[in-house]
Formats: sequence, C-alpha cells, structure tokens
Amino acid sequence: MSFWKDPLKVAADWLMGILTGWGMSEVAAQVLIGFLGVLILISILMVLDIFLVWVERKVVSRFQDRIGPNRVGPFGLIQPFADIIKLLIKEDITPTGADKVVYNIAPMLSMMSVLILWAIVPLAPTILSVDLNIGALYIIAAGAIGTLSIIMAGWSSNNKFALIGAFRQVAVMVSFEIPMLTMLLIPTILAGSMGMNAIIEKQDIWFVWLSPLAALIFLITAIAELGRAPFDMAEGESELVAGYNTEYSGMKFGMFYAGELLHAFTYGGFLAILFFGGYRFFGLEQVSPFLAIAVIIFKAFVGYWVIMWVRYTLLRIRIDHMLAFNWKFLTPLAFTLLIVTALVNALLAGASAWLYVTGMFLSNVALAWAALEIARSYGHKEREKTEGMKKVVTPSQGTP
Amino acid sequence: MTAEQIIFLLVALFTLGSGFMVVTTGNLVHAALWLVATLFGVAVVFALLNAGFLAVVQVVVYIGAIAILFIFAVMLTRKDMRDQGPQMNRGWWVGALIAVLVFAGLFFLLQGWNGLSRTAAAIPAGFDAVAELGNALVSPDAFVLPFEVASVLLVAALVGAVYVAFNRK
Repeated sequence: MSFWKDPLKVAADWLMGILTGWGMSEVAAQVLIGFLGVLILISILMVLDIFLVWVERKVVSRFQDRIGPNRVGPFGLIQPFADIIKLLIKEDITPTGADKVVYNIAPMLSMMSVLILWAIVPLAPTILSVDLNIGALYIIAAGAIGTLSIIMAGWSSNNKFALIGAFRQVAVMVSFEIPMLTMLLIPTILAGSMGMNAIIEKQDIWFVWLSPLAALIFLITAIAELGRAPFDMAEGESELVAGYNTEYSGMKFGMFYAGELLHAFTYGGFLAILFFGGYRFFGLEQVSPFLAIAVIIFKAFVGYWVIMWVRYTLLRIRIDHMLAFNWKFLTPLAFTLLIVTALVNALLAGASAWLYVTGMFLSNVALAWAALEIARSYGHKEREKTEGMKKVVTPSQGTP
Repeated sequence: MTAEQIIFLLVALFTLGSGFMVVTTGNLVHAALWLVATLFGVAVVFALLNAGFLAVVQVVVYIGAIAILFIFAVMLTRKDMRDQGPQMNRGWWVGALIAVLVFAGLFFLLQGWNGLSRTAAAIPAGFDAVAELGNALVSPDAFVLPFEVASVLLVAALVGAVYVAFNRK
C-alpha cells in the first residue's frame, strides 16, 4: 500500500521496522508508536488552536464593524503569538482561601475534555485514532468531564461570582445534555450504528436532508454546551465579572479560553460528521486521504463560522427563559422527533430511496411546523391573559 | 504477568485508594471529587473487560449526572464549605461489624469458586457487543421484562418528582 493511499499505516509500519530493528520488543514499539500518534495529533490541534484565536478575533471584528488585529504581521497573523507571550509572562495568582489542588486541576480537565473528543474524529476513512462503536455516547461522556471541570473551577476559586457562574453554566450544560443525547440518536437510527466512521459511510445523502430538525436542535444544544452567546449566562460580564474563570490568570485562563475555542471548532466538526457527510464530498475522499482531511476541516470551519455568527448576532437570554426553553420546548420536541424518526424509519425501511428521503424530510417539516404552531398558540393565550388583565385594570384606575 | 494484568492491578489500586479517600476526607466536596475518581476507575475496569458501552455509560450517568448532583447538593445545603465536623457517629461499630461480615462472607464464597484461576474465552472476530446487548434488552426470551420494569420504575420516579416539586397556585 502506498503512502498516498494510507499514510498512517505506512508511517506506523515504517517506524515499527526501525524500532524493532533497534532491538525493541513489538509490544513496547506499538505502545511507543501509539503515544507518538497522540502527541502529533494534540500538537497539531494546539497549533490549530493558536490560529483559531486569530480567526475568532477577525470574524468578531467584522461582525462588529471593526478591522480587528492588523498591526502584528500580515493581517495581524502574529497577534496570537504576542497574546501567548503576554499570557506566559503574567503573574500566576492563586486567591486566598482557594483550594490549591482542585484549582490547578480544573483548567487541565477543561482542556482535556476537548482533546479527548478528537480520539473518535475520523479525518479520513483510514486516518482516525479509534473507531469506537459507541462514538455518539462518547461525546456526551467527554462533555460530562467538561461539566466537572467547570464546577471544580467555580468552587475552588473561593469567589462568589465564580461559584454563581459555575452553577449557572452547569445547570445549562446538564439540562441541554438531554436534547443533545436524543439528537445524537437520530444519526444512530439512520445509520444503524453509533460509530463515527459508519455514520459517515452511510451518508450517500447527507443526514441534514433526512432530518433537518435534528441538525438544527443539535446546533442549538451544542451552542448551549459551549456556553456561548446567546447562552453565555455563566459569564454575563455585567453581573458576574467573567463567571467561573474570574480568578484565573495567565496561562491557566489561557487553557480555559483555548479550550472553549477548540471546543467550538470540534462541535463544528461533529455537526459536519453527523449531518453533513464528514469527509465525503462527491467522491473526493476516494482520490486521496489528504483531500478528505481538507474536506472535513473545511466543513468544520463552516460549522464553527455558523456558531460564531450566532454568537455575535444574538443577545443573551435570561437563565429562566433558557431553562424553560430547554425543558418545555426542546426536550419534548427532541423526544417526539426521536419517536417519529424511528417510526418512519421502520415504516419506509423497504421503500425506494426517493420515498424514504421525502418521507423523512416531510415528517421533520411537519413536526417543526406543529411545534411552532403549538408554541405560537400558547404565546397568544398568555399574551391575551396579560392584555386582558390590563384592560380590567385601566378603567378601574381611571375611576377613583 | 501480562500487560493487561499490570494495568488492572494499577487501576484497582487507584479505585480502592480513591474509595478509601472518599470516606476518610473531612471536606465533603473533596469526598465527592474522590468519589468521581473512584467511579472513573470502575469505568476503566469496564473498559478492560471489553465492555466499552458500560464504561461510557458509567462516565455519563455516574460522573455526568450523579456526582454533579452530589456536589450541587453539598454546595447548596452547607453554609461553610470547609467544615471539619466529626467523621464518626455513635453507630460506627455497627457499620464496621457489617463491613467485616460482608467481607468475610464474600471471602468464604469466593474460596469455593474456580473462576478466579480461569482465563476468559477469546471474543470471536466481528462480535458486536453493543448490538448483542441491544438485542438482548428487547428480545422476549432475554431481558425484555426486567428492562420494561426498570423503565416503569424510572417513569414512576419522574412523575413522583414532578408531583413533589409541583407548585400549586
């Protein structure tokens, strides 16, 4: 097999030959090669992360009608490196009364919860760390560790703003986990497997055409999990300074910040994998694995851009509205969608591809319309109630 | 000793050590965090047993939901998070007695069991554990009844929780 068809295997075999040639046992060589693979993947991700800081700052400045970083290097490209030097030489402060060990572990866990997600991301048919057959659940498990890191950071800082921020963020993350898990089951039903590679291989027609509503709900819950606007209650600057990471300075803050950016990019990638065909693009992935990597990175950037677009366009939502939206609208809708998808999938199992896709698409549209209609009529009723009350109140005030 | 055995011993040591820390730490939040470490160790043991699904569910349910709930409960009910109350109450000897009896009983039972020295059968190629588990849970000649009973129990608990928390106007 040539290097251009399966680069990872060729490189691993080549290294194996060299290491066993040096007298190393085969098991030890395999472990060493595994560690090297992880090291290379994480290094590439961290370098990408530095680039993401620049992307984020450039995009937000365009949304806010500014130019953004443009002084250091061409188009301000060297600005992130200046930022990193600044973060590194800052004083590292641990607040009085802080729980030192927990305080220092929290940023690491936060970064880790993002990096372990990349263990299941297939960059090309042959380039992936591990093809877990429980990939969809693994995403939620990694999110659980992220939740833990936030509550650890908020509690150990010995700061009430940090603690309130952590409470809010964790409340949001724990509640939005439910519709997210439900939406992860939709590609599972459509593909018949929870493995990421199997889900991509089934997408001769992108799943977004089969279940546009699921893709939309997944995007909303992903934004909530990230704690980005309009769901950024945890760091409402006017109320909570900066939320759970208020007390962190220097590179520890940098870990939270970089983790958040990479997390957003990663969810862009998962949106691409689950609903937009992953590395597939009109057979381009068959030509070369390197083209497949380019395709999936491009799709992940498109997803990341949509997340940024939402973040810098919408305003912050109040926390009770946010939780009511999740529990009273999104969760029932997600469960109904799961039931409908399973039913339609079973009913149209033997039908032609055209009928299957049309049936799936129409059932999604009908369900979305029904949900919006129910929400609208409920809103009407509530408004009539308050307006009716006003009508009663005004004349009685007019006649003393 | 194979590499797998060494890994198992390390993980078991880690799990037992964190379990010990859960009951000996004075700080309640620290105890909850040690509990997270213990549960994570159990998840790793599941992964070593080729039960990847159970390992991930262990992390999702116990660390993602139950441990977070514990930490919330501790934070919302305690005035001072650094409290160092007494760790023993008057009934400590009852607990110790039950623990010793259970250990002795388990030890006695495992003496006569020959599973400890056997090696596990190799998993055949192409064996999909998750699919097998899913089929077993819904097939009538396997576990469909316990599965449904557990679901009904969970629904009843949910309805009960809503009833208790419902705010009548």
